[in-house]
Amino acid sequence: MAAMNYTASIPQTDDAISTQVVAVDNVFKSFGDQRVLNGVSLTVNRGETLAVLGRSGSGKSVLLRLIIGLQSPDSGAVRINGDGIAGLSLDQLGVYRKKMGFLFQHSALYDSLTLEQNVAFPLTHHNSGMPVAELSDRVRLLLSEVGMEGHLNKMPADISGGMQKRVGLARALALAPEILLLDEPTAGLDPISASEIDDLVLKLQAEHHMATIVVTHDLYSAKTIADRLILLDMGKVAVEGTFQELVESHDAFAREFLKHT
Amino acid sequence: MITDFFEWFGEIGIFSWRVLRAAVTPPFEFRELYRQLDEIGSKSLPLVALAGAAIGAVLAMESFESMTRFGARSLLPSALVYSVVHEIGPIITALVVSGRVGAGIGAELASMKVTEQIDAIEASAVNPYRLLAATRILACILMLPLLTLASDLCGLVMGWVALSMVEPLSFHQFYTSGFRGSDFNDLLPPTFKTAIFGLIIGTIACFQGMRTRGGAEGVGRAATSSVVLSSLFVILTDVVLVKLIIIFFP
Ligand SMILES: Nc1ncnc2c1ncn2[C@@H]1O[C@H](COP(=O)(O)OP(=O)(O)OP(=O)(O)O)[C@@H](O)[C@H]1O
Ligand SMILES: [Mg+2]
Repeated sequence: MAAMNYTASIPQTDDAISTQVVAVDNVFKSFGDQRVLNGVSLTVNRGETLAVLGRSGSGKSVLLRLIIGLQSPDSGAVRINGDGIAGLSLDQLGVYRKKMGFLFQHSALYDSLTLEQNVAFPLTHHNSGMPVAELSDRVRLLLSEVGMEGHLNKMPADISGGMQKRVGLARALALAPEILLLDEPTAGLDPISASEIDDLVLKLQAEHHMATIVVTHDLYSAKTIADRLILLDMGKVAVEGTFQELVESHDAFAREFLKHT
Repeated sequence: MITDFFEWFGEIGIFSWRVLRAAVTPPFEFRELYRQLDEIGSKSLPLVALAGAAIGAVLAMESFESMTRFGARSLLPSALVYSVVHEIGPIITALVVSGRVGAGIGAELASMKVTEQIDAIEASAVNPYRLLAATRILACILMLPLLTLASDLCGLVMGWVALSMVEPLSFHQFYTSGFRGSDFNDLLPPTFKTAIFGLIIGTIACFQGMRTRGGAEGVGRAATSSVVLSSLFVILTDVVLVKLIIIFFP
């Protein structure tokens, strides 16, 4: 199978396919004549957390958007559970997106809805049969997991950026996703809230064995929650490995990157 | 410039096709449709009624002068009914809705676009063409004929009020002489052509909103261009529709 040639480290067996939830295969992406991703490959297995590091503007957010199909690569493939998602219609993509939770870098809460309605949005659209009481219990539970249970009826404009982040995370978790994509979940949070979010991600990971990709500038958080890290530079994966391997890497960019933190 | 023009038509064509395909396949977004019917219908009603009433009164006063001069004062009620029902009511309603609803939808969707809320809808596996565009366009199509009837009614009542101030005339007299020589069927084509205006306003506003780029400035541009383009296309389409109605409903 040609589809399997991109990671030598993973045994090419059927078992590997079934645990390999997200696969990005040699993806290129440009905007005009600005090349952002220049041949990026990665895989994430079930139960695994991958952290994506890189400088501002290195294409981390673009990479996440490609995985959920909000943008499409110029070349290369994105596979979810082994299926390529290129060229699918919105409704076909929906089948995969229902299994994904996405936290946007700027939260992207619906500003005409209350926090409660924001978190309920995916549930009301995909579990329309769910009894109202059950729905509201579930929304409360999600909001309390991110420490926002006291603000059900506030509007997104009336809470701080860090609080919006946490509500965005609750919304991403609403459909109990198999794949969790987090764009800087701890950016703009105080150290206590940030470590609470880290703990939450660890807890969810232990309970639900998701495939999680976290974009972060927070090395401490990356070290805490990620099994593996990749460091993007010049549109390519400069280093891939555990936190320890990153620290010990001889890659010039990796050393430069770590020197400043 | 010329290529931009054709590009715009191409893109709005693709957009309309996507919306149409999403609109005819389940799940149907009844709740959002209901919300938009209220938003577009009930909330435009006061403005549309006021515009219709003002135009009706002005028209009555103006025609009173000219018709008296030509000795055709007895024709005044039917002239008034004819012009309000056939042209003034529909076009005034469409232009008022272009302004209020066009700007509203354009700005709302544009701000959702630039703050990634439309992406968030997509990421939740909900089709934004179905949830946002189809509901708004359908609400415009359904509401414009109703708003037009309201505007017609206000125009005629205010026209009668304006006339009866210069010469005593009961509403019954006004009504019977006004609708003499025309029947209910004459009312239908000019009223239902506004459904097409609704289609134009809704489609252009949703399209301009959802293709927006670039922050707050982009939002402003989307609102303005929705209003300008939808008014323009409403007027151009009206010319064509009037001709067609004359041909097919003589
Ligand atoms: N829709 C777009 N159109 C044009 N250029 C874009 C678009 N999206 C992203 N870019 C460009 O791609 C580059 C990478 O953007 P991206 O948002 O992925 O960076 P990032 O790594 O997430 O940065 P940060 O850490 O600051 O969030 C940037 O230079 C940006 O200008
Ligand atoms: Mg980013």
